[in-house]
Amino acid sequence: MPVDVVTVEGLSYSYNGAGVLSDVSFRVRSGDYLGIVGPNGSGKSTLIKAVLGLVAPTGGTVTLFGVTPDRFRERQKVGYLPQRLKFFNPSFPATVEEIVRLGLLGGKRFPKRREAGDDAAVEKTLGYMGITDIRRKLIGELSGGQQQRTLLARALVSSPELLILDEPTTALDPETRENFYKLLQHINQDHGTTIVLITHDTWSIGRYASRFLYVDKRIIFDGTFDEFCQSEKMTAFFGADVQHVICHQH
Amino acid sequence: MAFADILQYGFIQRALVAGSLIAALCAVLGVFLVLRRLSLIGDGLAHVTFGSVALALFLRVSPLYVTVASIPLVLLSSLGILRLTDKARMYGDAAIGIVSSLGIAGGVILASVAGGFNVDLFSYLFGNILAIGPVDLVIAGVLFLFVILVVTLFYHELFAITFDEELAESSGIRTAAINTVLVLVTALTVVLAMKVVGIMLVSALLILPAVSALQVARGFRTAILLAAAFAVTAVIAGILGSVALNLPAGGSIVVANFILFAVTFAWRKARPLF
Repeated sequence: MPVDVVTVEGLSYSYNGAGVLSDVSFRVRSGDYLGIVGPNGSGKSTLIKAVLGLVAPTGGTVTLFGVTPDRFRERQKVGYLPQRLKFFNPSFPATVEEIVRLGLLGGKRFPKRREAGDDAAVEKTLGYMGITDIRRKLIGELSGGQQQRTLLARALVSSPELLILDEPTTALDPETRENFYKLLQHINQDHGTTIVLITHDTWSIGRYASRFLYVDKRIIFDGTFDEFCQSEKMTAFFGADVQHVICHQH
Repeated sequence: MAFADILQYGFIQRALVAGSLIAALCAVLGVFLVLRRLSLIGDGLAHVTFGSVALALFLRVSPLYVTVASIPLVLLSSLGILRLTDKARMYGDAAIGIVSSLGIAGGVILASVAGGFNVDLFSYLFGNILAIGPVDLVIAGVLFLFVILVVTLFYHELFAITFDEELAESSGIRTAAINTVLVLVTALTVVLAMKVVGIMLVSALLILPAVSALQVARGFRTAILLAAAFAVTAVIAGILGSVALNLPAGGSIVVANFILFAVTFAWRKARPLF
């Protein structure tokens, strides 16, 4: 039976006096594949950072597996793939395997030591992501698609119950992007991993995600993609042309 | 004089041991600092050390214990840099610049007010590794063990925040606490390194072995081990070279480090040709 993985109630966030998010409420249940869409600057990334506890909301409440993010200790249950690494250094001397292994730190207590089972988890994830043969390569030597697979492997190595991805396909070519979405679908359907995906790629959301959230500083729509495209309320809100572009962008 | 004869002098032995320990510490921390673009924190803290030494001498602390007496103020200043970066909406380089110039200014003012010191304050600027005494050697050994223990215990957290702070935080790592640990052990190491190459050249010990290792390392752990190995090699070559050629030890160590950097840089550039 599905349980609440994420709950967001009346979430507000402002920065330097400017409102970024206002009164946002939604739930993510186990097994969901939630696509979050919205224009640039609509607060999507801030929303998931608030869910992860990376920013403190100015109002409202967030829970992760029933606990507020600041008290949430079972970090191995959550895998996170950011839009881009903040200060990515192409000459960073870490190998693919070292980066994937970083994903096992969540949930470990101090001092964080290598544990029995870590090596097997890394091997399994490298194989699953098809990056075993590049395990000794440095991150800066990889193509965009390989880098993204490596970072996704880092997010998956702890076998998370919730996977949060922030525009993960921005730097990928169309073929790699399509393969990436198929991989996410496989992770969601075959492993039961709950997925929250931020993207501008609404057409792919329509094909793969089970739920669709349109955010523009507040929740504009929460339902399935088909419901969104057939909603007269949304037609009135966006105008028929814009709604058509959102629903048929590919 | 043969190298075997040189090695029999107690002051040379102390210089080699203490210099190697301190240089290895600087190199290990340097890898984290360089990759986090905090290379100049060593320079800034070294300037604060100048002010702290001046204060210790002003308060008539025995020259034997000036190094230890300087530590609290340098630790506080390192926290000040973090606090300024975090709370005053400025980048790390600006915060380092402020604390650094304040350290130098304080030192110069104290020296002026005191009308000069019996101990030449400016001797700290360029260091004198060959004057390392038994007390300094013990201090270097204890702090080496302490800093290596801290880095070992927090290795995974330090690696994670160096790779990406936000990702590390999403894994539940308390990044503010780990940053504090990193700057505190850096501050301790900088105070110690003052004896080896002097305040003016401390940043070379933090930066050069690290960037040399980053030219050739194929893995993060390898980078740390290589940086330490390069640093120790440069200290030994620098000290022995300085004695053989009658040159200043601090400067010779830095030049040896630079030669290693030039070799590793050339190796990296030439590698695709083989």
